[in-house]
Amino acid sequence: MTKESITAKGDLRLTRLTKSYGDFTAVDDLSLVIPEGSFFALLGPSGCGKTTTLRMIAGLEEPTVGSIHLGATDITTTKPCQRPINTVFQNYALFPHLTIYENIAFGLRRRGIKDVEAAVDKVLALVELPHLAQRKPTQLSGGQQQRIALARAIVNRPALLLLDEPLGALDLKLRRQMQIELKWIQKEVGLTFVHVTHDQEEAMTMADTIAVMNEGQIEQMGSPADLYDNPKTAFVANFLGQSNLIKGTISGNDGDSHIVDVFGQKISLPKNRSHAIDNSIYAGIRPEKFRISRLGTPTSGNILTGGHIEDVSYIGVSTQYQVEMPWGQELMVFEQNDDGVAPFSKDEEVNISWEPIFTFGLRGDEDATAGSEVNPEELDEE
Amino acid sequence: MNHKVKDATIPHIPTGARISRWIGRNLIRIYAVFAFTYLFIPVAYTFAFSFNDSGKSNLIWKGFTLDNWQNPCGAPEVCTALVNSVKIGFLATLFSTILGTMIAFAIGRYSFKGRSTSNLMIFLPMATPEIVLGASLLSLFLVFQINPGFWPTVMAHVVFCISFVVVTVKARIASLDPRLEQAAMDLYANERETFRRVTLPLVAPGIAAAALLAFSLSFDDYIITNFNSGTLKTFPEFVYASAARGIPAQANVIGSAMFFLALAIVITGQIVGRKRKVSA
Amino acid sequence: MRKIRTPYLLLLPGFAFLFTFFILPIMNLAQTSTQTPVGGGDTGEFEQTLRFSNYLDAFLENREQFGRSFVYATIATLLALAIAYPLAYAIALKGGKLKNFMLILVIAPFFTSFLLRTVAWKQILGEEGFVVPTLRTIGIISENTTLTSTSFAVVMGMTYNFLPFMTLPLYASIDRIDPRTLEASGDLYANGFTTFRRVTLPLSMPGVVAGTLLTFIPAAGDYVNAEILGSPNTKMIGNVIESRYLTIVDYPTAAALSFTLMVVILILVTLYIRKAGTEELV
Repeated sequence: MTKESITAKGDLRLTRLTKSYGDFTAVDDLSLVIPEGSFFALLGPSGCGKTTTLRMIAGLEEPTVGSIHLGATDITTTKPCQRPINTVFQNYALFPHLTIYENIAFGLRRRGIKDVEAAVDKVLALVELPHLAQRKPTQLSGGQQQRIALARAIVNRPALLLLDEPLGALDLKLRRQMQIELKWIQKEVGLTFVHVTHDQEEAMTMADTIAVMNEGQIEQMGSPADLYDNPKTAFVANFLGQSNLIKGTISGNDGDSHIVDVFGQKISLPKNRSHAIDNSIYAGIRPEKFRISRLGTPTSGNILTGGHIEDVSYIGVSTQYQVEMPWGQELMVFEQNDDGVAPFSKDEEVNISWEPIFTFGLRGDEDATAGSEVNPEELDEE
Repeated sequence: MNHKVKDATIPHIPTGARISRWIGRNLIRIYAVFAFTYLFIPVAYTFAFSFNDSGKSNLIWKGFTLDNWQNPCGAPEVCTALVNSVKIGFLATLFSTILGTMIAFAIGRYSFKGRSTSNLMIFLPMATPEIVLGASLLSLFLVFQINPGFWPTVMAHVVFCISFVVVTVKARIASLDPRLEQAAMDLYANERETFRRVTLPLVAPGIAAAALLAFSLSFDDYIITNFNSGTLKTFPEFVYASAARGIPAQANVIGSAMFFLALAIVITGQIVGRKRKVSA
Repeated sequence: MRKIRTPYLLLLPGFAFLFTFFILPIMNLAQTSTQTPVGGGDTGEFEQTLRFSNYLDAFLENREQFGRSFVYATIATLLALAIAYPLAYAIALKGGKLKNFMLILVIAPFFTSFLLRTVAWKQILGEEGFVVPTLRTIGIISENTTLTSTSFAVVMGMTYNFLPFMTLPLYASIDRIDPRTLEASGDLYANGFTTFRRVTLPLSMPGVVAGTLLTFIPAAGDYVNAEILGSPNTKMIGNVIESRYLTIVDYPTAAALSFTLMVVILILVTLYIRKAGTEELV
């Protein structure tokens, strides 16, 4: 078992994985396949089980039940040091007593790789820090430490690279830059990356596939565009970006679309984007999909009338409006400032319209606020 | 969340692997239990033999009695020795805590010329074996024709306690956030008020720990005491002298009582400290 | 001006005290060590004759005890390190909620007089104790083997008595290690042993150095364990100094021995700190 595990490769398969601590179930019957070579993100709020899942893949936690396969090899109980998997730890966990060079060489030396120097030099060049080889970790900035942690992991050419909130400790600007670099490096080295994060923007920027986790289970999995445009649950709709969820009832059909009655007004919703199970439905529209227009201006598509602008925030690239509808709900509207039209002002009476294709439907019995009360920026660790 | 643990389609980890991994993970905890047992064997023995109906020699178990606990001063000299030790311990603690805390503040709070020499001066007594400390002090007292006894013993104890006080208090001072003092100054406290209202209360737990350490070092010291106490007998000297013919069970009573008293003090301190942290 | 004077004012009383009761005595010790008896007799009076050969005589006469002191102290230090390291590791990294409680357990034996505990060992390991008869019955030791009055008992006693001094600094330095670095080591293909050798041990070196010093120094000068648990064949240099001073009243020899012991220990300590400091310490 030990010898074959270290050379295992292929897709990562988690089968009915469960991890319980006493009464608390951190990961609940989770099954998942991560294809070889992909950039996969586990996204979710603090305590959703994403870090526990990652630690089980790394071998740092043992599943209560379930199995983990890498290709054809069962690695469920294999020790961390016998898995061809490396981790970029949260806060990096660089060895403070070793130089940068020795930090990177650590894994190579343990495996008895011959040409350590060439490999280290190459990876240092890849992360563009060759001049720091003889420094100690404490002498490096956060961004530099982050790159060294990445270098220390990828130099081993693992079948799987795990990233545990790798950018959490960096400031916003550096985080953006590292997101792009990480993505580039992943393409460059062609490894499978599994990335754990609570930052939806980070996940969407980098990952090919995102699994949104909540309470130990996967809420929805798909490409960033899929998840964003066609969320299946209110949790996903709210956690990934912002959504306006308007309560309604399916009152009829029009070809490929449902006709939905929302507080007396009729809108159209594509059937293939509806996840409702009966007539009760939430119509979901992303704030930037809305168009806002003064009364009497011609509009097309779905229209909701009787809006009253409650609040206007000008933020440069766009303007955000809070529009109170006749039934008391405040809708959020983002308008690009690209049309030369002066922004609307507070207390104007407006209509709201959008292309029907942008509407998604959620089950009417859902909690419309699920996933929105967690502010991802405030969550650091689990 | 419905669990389908018994579902046959869920892959399970074999029980054998589970048990061996459990032992692997907990080996070190099992070891810790053995190590603590080793540490406590003589303590338990001392406690057990404090109940021995021993007569003169407390070497063999002769039967259970509470007499020793009811009459701890029953053996000749044992309580005199205890009182001597407590007095010396108290005075040595008082002096060494005051002097040591002052040094700790100087070294911990200021940078000045001669700071590294000062550190060396604190390290040297710790790097000197007790027997050398005791012997050298005795030879000094002899030169000045001072008779060994109570005060020479107190002075000797202060010498070796000071360094431990400095190290303990200095560590506490080093862990303080200097911004707290700056905040106090910012809020119109002058230097003296800042020290009294902010610095001292924050360092106080360190000073208390240092005092406790100094007392236990002084109370337990035999080697230095033996050189400088002359005809005076402290509790450790009493035990040492009676070791050959068997220690009276009353000494075990006192040793055990000290053990539980100190344990109670430390645990109370812990609980108070934790409560403060929670309420803060 | 006040600011510059403050640290010196704070230092003054303490250092005046240490000068009087530590530096002066050591100087006096050095001075005594080259004296000779007045008139060469047993009068108990001594005069300064700068007889440096006192050192050679004292050393040659007692080299056996000197050697024993350093051998016993070294073995006891290594044993204490071996016993304390896993214990400190368990408390620091596996202690969980019991951490503080376990720390109290480490220092708690201190609260019973160390002489009482040493005497307890003597009785436990003695002929009337339960250990010797048990071992004899099982056949691990023969009928005429004893445990007390042996170098085994002396070293064991020293190991036992200085164990908390070893455990506490080790705990302090292991507790500072980020457990994620240990996980990272496993993640980078190091097995348990390699992780210990390459990561845990180097990161805990400050504790190892402090602990071994706090154990070795008092152990080398100790004579209580040798006196209570040993025999005339296990006498250490501390026993010699004690009897020269307090029984035989041969102050120059005792002073020469004390001074030698102090200097040898200081040299060893300096070399040790320097070696540990340049190679391993962060």
